[in-house]
Amino acid sequence: MADLRINLAGIKSPNPFWLASAPPTNSGYQVQRAFEAGWGGAVWKTLGDPIINTTSRFAAASFNGKKVAGFNNIELITDRPLEVNLKEIYETKKRFPDHAIIASIMVEPKQEKWHEIVKRVEDVGVDGFELNFGCPHGMAERGMGAASGQVPELVEKQTYWAKEVAKTPVIVKLTPNITDITVTAEAAVRGGADAVSMINTINSLMGVDLDSWNTVPNVAGKGAHGGYCGPAVKPIALNMVGECARNPLINVPISGIGGISNWKDAAEFILMGSTGVQVCTAAMHHGFSIVEDMIDGLNNYLDEKGIVSVMDLVGKSVPKYSNWGDLDLNHKVVARINNDTCINCNKCHISCEDTSHQCIEMLVDANGKSYLKVREEDCVGCNLCSIVCPVDGAIDMVEIKQALPSMTWNQRQSRIASFMTEKVAK
Amino acid sequence: MSTIIGGRISSNLTENFEEIYKGLTRSEAIEEANRCLYCYDAPCIKACPTSIQIPNFIKKIATDNLKGSAKTILESNPVGASCARVCPTEELCEGACVLNHDTKPISIGNLQRYATDWAMKQKAPLFKAGERNGKTVAIIGSGPAGLSAARELSLLGYQVTIFEAQKEAGGLDRYGIVSFRLPKEVVQWEVQQVEQLGVEIKTNITVGVDITAEEIINRFDRVILAIGMGKVPNLGIEGEALKGVYDAIEFVKKTKIEAPTDELIGKNVAVIGAGNTAIDAATTAVRLGAANVQIIYRRTKNEMTAYQFEYDFAKQDGVEFKWLTAPTQIIGDEHNEVVGLQCVKMVLQESDADGRQKPVPIQDSEMILDVDVVIKAIGQSKYTKLVEAFGLNHTKGVVDVDSRTYQTSQEKIYACGDCIFGNGQGEAMVVTAAQQGKDVAKAIHHTFMLQSEIA
Repeated sequence: MADLRINLAGIKSPNPFWLASAPPTNSGYQVQRAFEAGWGGAVWKTLGDPIINTTSRFAAASFNGKKVAGFNNIELITDRPLEVNLKEIYETKKRFPDHAIIASIMVEPKQEKWHEIVKRVEDVGVDGFELNFGCPHGMAERGMGAASGQVPELVEKQTYWAKEVAKTPVIVKLTPNITDITVTAEAAVRGGADAVSMINTINSLMGVDLDSWNTVPNVAGKGAHGGYCGPAVKPIALNMVGECARNPLINVPISGIGGISNWKDAAEFILMGSTGVQVCTAAMHHGFSIVEDMIDGLNNYLDEKGIVSVMDLVGKSVPKYSNWGDLDLNHKVVARINNDTCINCNKCHISCEDTSHQCIEMLVDANGKSYLKVREEDCVGCNLCSIVCPVDGAIDMVEIKQALPSMTWNQRQSRIASFMTEKVAK
Repeated sequence: MSTIIGGRISSNLTENFEEIYKGLTRSEAIEEANRCLYCYDAPCIKACPTSIQIPNFIKKIATDNLKGSAKTILESNPVGASCARVCPTEELCEGACVLNHDTKPISIGNLQRYATDWAMKQKAPLFKAGERNGKTVAIIGSGPAGLSAARELSLLGYQVTIFEAQKEAGGLDRYGIVSFRLPKEVVQWEVQQVEQLGVEIKTNITVGVDITAEEIINRFDRVILAIGMGKVPNLGIEGEALKGVYDAIEFVKKTKIEAPTDELIGKNVAVIGAGNTAIDAATTAVRLGAANVQIIYRRTKNEMTAYQFEYDFAKQDGVEFKWLTAPTQIIGDEHNEVVGLQCVKMVLQESDADGRQKPVPIQDSEMILDVDVVIKAIGQSKYTKLVEAFGLNHTKGVVDVDSRTYQTSQEKIYACGDCIFGNGQGEAMVVTAAQQGKDVAKAIHHTFMLQSEIA
């Protein structure tokens, strides 16, 4: 049994699985149910000045019959009075002293507002704060959430104000609705953030109803952009986590968020530099009990790999994440089709023929049996065929040993540059 | 077809003849449609005698484009709604599905039914007749081959008239396939689809009786013979005229015309033969309340011509099979009613020149089966007289045709469907009849194009 406990900038929790600040952490009742189910921590639904929500609020992107490939919401921060939330946080922490409760907070970009809320909330005994600089809809129109999270100076300043009074660790939650998330992450670090969390939701319009021509969702025939999350955003989130993790100026722990649905997704985020992960959509889709397999699966994985503590997994893939210019141009892989496993759907052929490099041939053997063969000399190793292949093990991407030594684009360019210099010198 | 499970027999006979399988729900259809790999150069298309663009129609179900899906099916197969129910899909499209080698094949037949069921509920026609080109074609017979040819010719602009001996159009699909597999409403819809293109269907007209072959040849530019097959031939044994002896085709037909009657309730039934018609007759007998139904076949299960799923269905319905048994006499009582069937046990000899093992009787192995009803299902006879009335060359009643154009020995006359099936050539499937109808239409059109008589 591996040690699943984490310590994220001083915030301890029995496992790396936290519920993200969102509808699942709206009340003490829900958070306590989550802790009973096994969740290690919860970031309480964002506290701030009371708001009014609309109906309806959520919509999902379904793909090929899968109901929730992506998810979108136009719900705002908590719509319950601050006192009620604080009372329930206090009660929940008392019942579950070993579980992490982090208060998500969002106020106007004013120093006194941040001081006031940090003090009031810290009094009830939270383990830390998460500053919500990410909510992309509604609150942003009032200058909060993503609106201030997109301005590095505001991120830095507000983090600083929160840190001025906070006795517990402060996590800054970043918006992905920005060209380069490392810029705001650096700003948070300059402001004194103890950790950063990412990503918040991505600006989105879920769809348009083809009969009414209304937006999906719509409120009385009108829509507004929402925040996109769920399995479809995982690659976007993972990149942002990786970019921050490998940036030497962002030397604080990362809480990974974005489309994490199971232990495998979680392990990937941890490998790419997250100390722990936060989950929302998967819990909204299936209920709190999904954490059981998350814990069990991660534990079995660590045991199988002989890793004692999940903390030892953190960031192990970060050194492998680099710039394109550092990739070896002389590395070659080609597709190889295993005709014993192949079921002859010919999807590899047509995808290669129509949209890639025309190197998979449909042939017929002496017995009249159809088979597929890659012309390896023309294969560029793009992976497309193996991606569209529906059968496990039918297409392998095989490395072809090259005579030439490793050479990256950057090395190549600097070599060329040095030749030029030599020439000029002569 | 594998979704049709037998054995649920009600004492309410009418219920027994309602369609067994109710079709996929929307969720089932979409789930199944999404499972399709959308193969390139898909083997299912090649395995379909009418070459339906199967991955395309399935993809259209997944995207809620049911109109497009139904059109894709019916474009290739004018009787696609019937075929969705009666095609031996395990032998055809589903048998060729690449997922047979991975998980399980796509339920292509059921998806086809889902799309065509949708089409059946729509009012607006899916196809429009082509601009009239002034040429006329007579089609004798309104079964799947005739309907298919008529549909294709109408789309090409021909004025088509179908002559049908029965009260209603549809042929085998209408009268010969049990209603718990293929309800008459499906066939009636397919007939309507052809009629709305301007095809005139003259029912209750028997060619050779109500109108001569000569008159048809003279009145029309081209003639297509799609007359199918006739009655079950005689067994050639004593007692065939007794009360209680039925022709399987007539026996099934009766259930497609009128409400089930109670004359078989509690009876012991012997069905002679082990083809698909024998299975239909046997399961119909079960559904009419027979106490016991046995199929009598002089060869073994290995030689029977019924499809595996037909056999399975009969077993589920409780039909017993007596292999290596041949009838020698039907025994009647003083009221001329069947009281027994005398049979003899057979043995298969070494295979002869044509590769089939010949069954021969075992001496002194006679026995008498205690039955009240005997149903003959040993194949169907050909309408040889009618073929000869048109002056066509034939081989034992099977019309001789050019294998590519389906042209007969008479230049103006073509033939397709079951009337060209036999003597070891062709397939007696609804779906092949449909394809032949299309091919004949194309061949006829080609001849006019060559003569530049039409644009």
